Amino acid sequence: MADTISRARQAKSLDRVVIRFAGDSGDGMQLAGDRFTTSSAIYGNDLSTLPDFPAEIRAPAGTVAGVSAFQVHFSDHDIFTPGDHPDVLVAMNPAALKAHARDLEPGAAVLLNSDSFDERSLQKAGYTSDPRGDGSLAGLKVYEVPMTSLTLEAVKPSGTKARDAERSKNFFALGLVSWMYSRPMEPTLEWVAKRFANNEMVREANTLACKAGWNFGETAEIFESVYEVRPAQLPPGTYTNISGNTALAWGIIAAGQLAKLPVFLGSYPITPASDVLHELSKHKNFGVRTFQAEDEIAGVSAALGAAYGGALGVTTTSGPGLDLKAEAIGLAISLELPLVVFDIQRGGPSTGLPTKTEQADLLHAIYGRHGEAPLPVVAPITPGDCFYTAIEAARLALKYRTPVIVLSDGYLANGAEPWPVPEVESLPDLSAEFSFASTPNKVEPDGSEVFWPYLRDPETLARPWAVPGTPGLMHRLGGLEKSDGAGNVSYDPVNHDLMVRLRAQKVAGIVADIPPIEVDDPTGDAELLVLGWGSTYGAICAAARAVRASGAKVAHAQLRHLNPFPANLGDVVRAYKRVLVPEVNLGQLRKLVRAEFLVDAQGLNQVSGLPFRRVDVQEAIISQLMALGTEGR
Amino acid sequence: MTDLATPVTTRKDWSSDQEVRWCPGCGDYSILTAVQLLMPELGAKREDTVFVSGIGCSSRFPYYMNTYGVHSIHGRAPALATGLAVARPDLHVWVITGDGDALSIGGNHLLHALRRNVNLTIILFNNQIYGLTKGQYSPTSEPGKVTKSTPLGSLDHPYNPVSLALGAEASFVARTHDLDRKHMMETFRRAYEHRGAALVEVYQNCNVFNDGAFDAITSKDNRPSMLIPLEHGKPVRFGANGEKGVVIDGHGSAVIVDVDQVGEDNLLVHDETVGDPTLAFSLSRLSEGPNSPTPIGVFRDVERPDYGTLVQSQLVDAAARKGPGDLGALLRSGTTWTVA
Repeated sequence: MADTISRARQAKSLDRVVIRFAGDSGDGMQLAGDRFTTSSAIYGNDLSTLPDFPAEIRAPAGTVAGVSAFQVHFSDHDIFTPGDHPDVLVAMNPAALKAHARDLEPGAAVLLNSDSFDERSLQKAGYTSDPRGDGSLAGLKVYEVPMTSLTLEAVKPSGTKARDAERSKNFFALGLVSWMYSRPMEPTLEWVAKRFANNEMVREANTLACKAGWNFGETAEIFESVYEVRPAQLPPGTYTNISGNTALAWGIIAAGQLAKLPVFLGSYPITPASDVLHELSKHKNFGVRTFQAEDEIAGVSAALGAAYGGALGVTTTSGPGLDLKAEAIGLAISLELPLVVFDIQRGGPSTGLPTKTEQADLLHAIYGRHGEAPLPVVAPITPGDCFYTAIEAARLALKYRTPVIVLSDGYLANGAEPWPVPEVESLPDLSAEFSFASTPNKVEPDGSEVFWPYLRDPETLARPWAVPGTPGLMHRLGGLEKSDGAGNVSYDPVNHDLMVRLRAQKVAGIVADIPPIEVDDPTGDAELLVLGWGSTYGAICAAARAVRASGAKVAHAQLRHLNPFPANLGDVVRAYKRVLVPEVNLGQLRKLVRAEFLVDAQGLNQVSGLPFRRVDVQEAIISQLMALGTEGR
Repeated sequence: MTDLATPVTTRKDWSSDQEVRWCPGCGDYSILTAVQLLMPELGAKREDTVFVSGIGCSSRFPYYMNTYGVHSIHGRAPALATGLAVARPDLHVWVITGDGDALSIGGNHLLHALRRNVNLTIILFNNQIYGLTKGQYSPTSEPGKVTKSTPLGSLDHPYNPVSLALGAEASFVARTHDLDRKHMMETFRRAYEHRGAALVEVYQNCNVFNDGAFDAITSKDNRPSMLIPLEHGKPVRFGANGEKGVVIDGHGSAVIVDVDQVGEDNLLVHDETVGDPTLAFSLSRLSEGPNSPTPIGVFRDVERPDYGTLVQSQLVDAAARKGPGDLGALLRSGTTWTVA
């Protein structure tokens, strides 16, 4: 196996492959998928991943509810999605097969751990007959491999007890799949050596299991051929594999560095946002203070308190937490202090689907507070884009002294892609976007100099940010309405009307500070525009590419700024005969587009807890194009 | 902040230009006066002082102080103040709150600020009623209280704020009342000087919705027989002629006795610094409400590292161990590969 090139069988070349690893929650499928992804990334493929796991930490073993899966799509060209249908399903037990077989198309391969197909396991999975013999897998290429027993045999030299030894079977599967797709093994073995440096037995067992999986493929003549997916032609540069949550965390660390402000994160653990808290907690040497608060409200309130003190205040959450934070976000709007809110959207309402993705918090983010309480809303479009979106959110928050909501989602949070690592010098200097007030800003009629906390910058309408500790600028803020300029409590009707309008104008005025939306319309004469926002970017790109490959024309634009909209959005949507808005909700952006621009936008809406597949969007585009064709006649 | 000399200020320097708008006769006035008179004595700097409040009558307090201040949202003052105090350990952060704000809607945050020992001076105005919403019962109202929302009497069992704070292992807990400026100022001073979370319960009269709630213990005539002064290192003793005292009984409970009967030497000698909060807690249980002899003064004052300092030291340690943050290195800290 040292020489991964000289193969007994000639490798067949493929342009892209989708593999799904599925097993029990405790089977280590996320780890196997993650290692396979890293090997593929180092090999030079483009890739996209989709972890899919249950909300329960350990659902009953062997049941369909407890199945955890990881899908990876890798290719020799640039790709946008984790793939619609797996080409290969690795099923570690009957429940994994039961849960995922329906996603397989004829011709797909299934790699079964045949040791796990005993009567009891079949029963637990809800099978009344063994699917291997009842014709239900017809049309699929089924490979039965006794993974458990082969692993137990392989790891014997490590001295591991049988119960522990069995846990290495994910590495056996990884070795076998690596062999099938000509993946280099070295990165995985190096990782195992490092990860288990202090546990010789586990290190040895995993190494042996991984090699055994590879060697099984090589030796057992049950596979007709091996495959190869050549490296993709990615733009030159240094790459790393990054998930959306890691990118958000790194983005806010970067924002703190670029703004020369200490970062303060106030957060309460919630799926799928907790990893941002975990990641930021690792980087205290950047001066990042992470505060695991007693609840969601305390998390955002503490972040706001820190912002009052001159920190870059951040809070992270998901839907239920955003509900709870609404009042404090309203206070931030009234105090006009910078605050960054990460909402990693998940299926709702209520507890909903904690580990599944959805885009249904859009209207909540834009409108979900009492009173007239506008704030900027931005959404990353890929895992790597989460990094830049965090920086952009911090920029807007600092410059305009406003809370900003970032709408990521479960799909971006846990999905990963190769990410060109930016040079630090190329990132924006946020310290140039704001400054702390240091001197009085108003001369009273008697000639005395005073500080007016609500005397706005005439251009941005931002109020001065005077942090405690600054002599001479003592002032009081509060949630009660303030008088324009002086900032004292005011119940004056005319003043309230003015302040409501000023706060709205300030946020609306950000439109001059954000880029126009770019439209991808290669021929320039498409009649259909597909308008997406946030994480649907990949699926829409892939669908548009497929549609164009068949000779049809379609334009695509993806929104990153949801409030305010880019200045040219109205012109863009009015320029097309039809506008299709795919969303993982029941039509929230579509409602906004119709309300703002009086355009009869059409929706493609899915709320299954899963991201769009390419084919879903592609079919919707085709049916819209057909409708246009009919109208034309 | 560069001026290291103790600033010389007067009450006027600490008063904002805003008209004070509590009801005439409200106990809040005397608390405000006590704080404004105390600040010059403390040698505090206005720019390094922040008053954070929630919602309620008492929470208007920051508007009247010529310092930095935030009038935040209902119940969340301890949470907002925690973020500020942790981000800025150089500031002195006060929390002004009431019985509804601190113990009802914001009960959770108060407990956590106390247990974490965040460096906050918390003044809890307890008037046993909801004033700003015009007279509903509060979590400290006595059982059976008839209010607009409890025409047949309240069924709620009340909190004892001092017991609650001691239960959360607050490192400083005290009680005072709005009719004794000297005692208030001395108690606030002690709280101010305590590093960590300090909670002071102030019995405060709401002359509109709950007038006279504390008369039984705080009126001039009643004080000697109804207030039990807690003084560190001294026997716990009260009464016009010191005829009453407190001992610890066989079950560890504090009980009131006649000094004649037990002997002076057997009285409990108050020790604020006992690490275990049990003794202070038993003192807090001497009275169920403000109508029987009630201890006032400092129940507990123990040293414990404050949260903001601990957070800061983790940052310093991490920087010493890993070196100061290097963004370029962070972005390359995972597995990387180069495409030529």
